[in-house]
Amino acid sequence: MFDIQTQLFEGQDIRFGPIDHEKDPEIESKWTHDSEFMRLMEVNPARPMSAAMIKKQYEKLEKQVEEKKNLYYFTIRAKADDRLIGKAAVQWIEWTNGNGFLELGIGAAEERGKGYGTQALRLLLRFAFAELNLFRVSAIVPEYNEGAIALLKKFGFVQEVCRRQSLERDGRRWDLLVFGLLNDEWRNQA
Amino acid sequence: MRDLFRGELVRITAEEPEARAKAEVRWQRDTEFHRLADSDAAQITSERKIKEWFEKQAEQGFKPERHPFSVRTLDEDKYIGFFGLWVDLIHSVAWVGIGIGERDFWGKGYGTDMMKLCLQYAFTELCVERVSLGLHEYNPRALRSYEKCGFRLEGRTRKDILREGRRTDTLWMGILREEWLQMQNGDLI
Repeated sequence: MFDIQTQLFEGQDIRFGPIDHEKDPEIESKWTHDSEFMRLMEVNPARPMSAAMIKKQYEKLEKQVEEKKNLYYFTIRAKADDRLIGKAAVQWIEWTNGNGFLELGIGAAEERGKGYGTQALRLLLRFAFAELNLFRVSAIVPEYNEGAIALLKKFGFVQEVCRRQSLERDGRRWDLLVFGLLNDEWRNQA
Repeated sequence: MRDLFRGELVRITAEEPEARAKAEVRWQRDTEFHRLADSDAAQITSERKIKEWFEKQAEQGFKPERHPFSVRTLDEDKYIGFFGLWVDLIHSVAWVGIGIGERDFWGKGYGTDMMKLCLQYAFTELCVERVSLGLHEYNPRALRSYEKCGFRLEGRTRKDILREGRRTDTLWMGILREEWLQMQNGDLI
């Protein structure tokens, strides 16, 4: 069957939506005040950001989407009440080689552990492989982000590279891991 | 003290926008060179545009996260290539970009000599904890050279490059500060 009926942006409890420039900055600003979240998401130094700073970031993001055409960005929202839960993106796409990198985060601590990340990654992979037609996707994760590593493995990602001692945090050095999943591998298990 | 800018075959010089642009125009005609060095599509750019780009870089002056160099041979002072180090100052790690545009100088030890200078600069002058690089699996000459310099293979991203209808891997290598120090055999640094 030619399956164009399946909605790409609808999960079980979540959906992918656009940025809400009015309401989202306040919420994402709160996430940035959680240093644990920031250190799981970013290798850049964690720093709290104001709603105004987040607003600017959104504008930059949308400019990049428009001009560079190598980025697809979604907010993750609860289907029940449309509240902002997290963000998901396919970025640094190389169209000639058919590859890109995934980014995914569930922002508020109380929203974690409810399976939203799993639902969001399922949507993101379907989008990357069945809509963007990428040949492969990668994800870069610090070795201390055990939640992300477990999630990626659940979807069949293979650890391909271990960049030894690439990060310094909490007074010691950590490896940076690169995971990869090919379109074929995704299709065979979907 | 060691000479940071002089190896067995080559020396490091400043990036010169005019000379570099002239050379780049010739080098970019060699698409084999481009395909060995890069993952994006080969492209032809005017000398003026290239010169402007490098001038803009030069205007920024010293930046602690960016260290571009030109490379000339010792015997004829010929401009053959370049390398650059990009430093993540927060985590004290660097990435290398390196290339010999003059193909007559491939496979003769010039690249290895350049990389040795590059690592010496990274570990003794920039004082980073590790240096990283990536290369195509269809570039075994580069792989051997990097291994000789002490880089270790840390993995491969499977089939991420599409060239001539064929999917190939990118190889990723790294060398840690203590690994590099051990290779110096206690020589004065």
